Amino acid sequence: MSDAQVVRHWRKPPTIERAWLRYGLLLLTLVYLYFSVGSYDVNWARVAEGLDRGWAFIKAFANPDFVSRRSDFIEGMTESIIMTVTSTVVGIIISIPIALGAASNLAPLPVYLFCRAIIALSRALHEIIVAILMVAIFGFGPLAGFITLSFATIGFLSKLLAEDIESMDKAQAEAVKATGASWLQWINYAVQPQVMPRLIGLSMYRLDINFRESAVLGLVGAGGIGATLNTAFDRYEFDTAAAIIISIIVIVMVLEYSSSLIRGWVQ
Amino acid sequence: MAGKHVWQRRTTTRQLLIWFGWLLLVAIFVACWMYISNRTEWFFVYDAPRIAGDIFSRATPPRWSYIEKLWEPLWDTLNVATIGTALSLIFAIPVAFLAAKNTTPSVTFVRPIALFLIVSSRSINSLIWALLLVAIIGPGILAGTIAIALRSIGFCAKLLYEAIEEINTTQVEAISATGARQSQVISYGILPQIMPALAGITVFRWDINIRESTVLGLVGAGGIGLQLQSSLNILAWPQVALILLVIFIAVIVSEWISAMVRKAII
Repeated sequence: MSDAQVVRHWRKPPTIERAWLRYGLLLLTLVYLYFSVGSYDVNWARVAEGLDRGWAFIKAFANPDFVSRRSDFIEGMTESIIMTVTSTVVGIIISIPIALGAASNLAPLPVYLFCRAIIALSRALHEIIVAILMVAIFGFGPLAGFITLSFATIGFLSKLLAEDIESMDKAQAEAVKATGASWLQWINYAVQPQVMPRLIGLSMYRLDINFRESAVLGLVGAGGIGATLNTAFDRYEFDTAAAIIISIIVIVMVLEYSSSLIRGWVQ
Repeated sequence: MAGKHVWQRRTTTRQLLIWFGWLLLVAIFVACWMYISNRTEWFFVYDAPRIAGDIFSRATPPRWSYIEKLWEPLWDTLNVATIGTALSLIFAIPVAFLAAKNTTPSVTFVRPIALFLIVSSRSINSLIWALLLVAIIGPGILAGTIAIALRSIGFCAKLLYEAIEEINTTQVEAISATGARQSQVISYGILPQIMPALAGITVFRWDINIRESTVLGLVGAGGIGLQLQSSLNILAWPQVALILLVIFIAVIVSEWISAMVRKAII
């Protein structure tokens, strides 16, 4: 009997050390799961019926149809790409001053708060919601999409760029300031060289995101391939939808690959 | 001055090349802008400030009493985001292990497939997934949940496999030196190291998913977006204003929760 007491088994330490927290979280999760899964009201007959359609869609990927809606397809894609390019460029141009204003080591407090408020607003509103408002204000078409994506770019780029500016090397900034440089010269020679690689990397990444987003803006009439895709789904033309989705994936892959090349080249 | 070299940052050729690159960029931008401009009804745009003012005056004050009808969609939205994130993890974790260079069974065969899965899941917006699922399994929050899950697989798997590739190899070697099986190496050597990253990624994605699931209703996939869509259809701007306000608060709160949790973990 005494032998058995000596032999002790090692057990893996639990991820959460405090027992009450561990079991409390587990219990909370179970209660939540019970109520949330209970609130799902699923029409299983409809789901079963849809499985055939799902299979038809998967099969459509084997022979996507690029031809029968060719003009819509080309027009939508061009519009998406054009919206992506213009909105990324304009978004970057606007977000640089906002990033400077949102960096706590550069800007006075009122400017800082104002710029941070713009960033928070832009980040909290989903692109589609902004697009709905823009379509209501500016009318249907790529202009609404362009404004939406530019606005979304500002929130993303300014926030990350401001964080990069805040964590820059102070010694270089002080050295340039000590030469008697004006504020603009200081930004140009001390801050800009430090954040430039990051800015280029982020811009490339945002180009990629903007393209993905531009593919859905068409759902609410803000231009791009989304409208064509929506119509294809509505008419159950899965082969056309598959063609559009494949093109989106290919373009995103190309963008991602080239952006990693450019980032490697810059850094 | 003659014969004296003034310091230059770059050689002349390089300077010219950079200048030419900028010229090209501006040319592309102008061409793209012309395209958009041609497709824009400028008459409407000149009128835009008046329209915006008009919409704003119609939308204020928000119809506060409408909040009664928003609690249930809000609960649905929360469920779509949370269950969707949980579902995505079930698939994202194995995919991440298959995609990481140091854990994949085969670099030439399995890894490219896993990477392709990640890219395709990431390239397609959750709204497109929702559109597709609504067409296949019908409208409702199930379609929304699966859409969120499908979109999140790529995101979580990508960040997770990068975390797996950065782990400390000495611990893994120590475990395998004891004669552990591959599954034991994973559970004792790798999992404890990536747990904080996994938790961080999950909360981060959950926060994004709350934001995404607020609009899934626009294509019929449940949640508060459904209310937004129907209010927009009948041009009930005071209701739209309230819904937008509720979405704004929900997103801010979820972002705050996610930031708190991440701070607690790391």
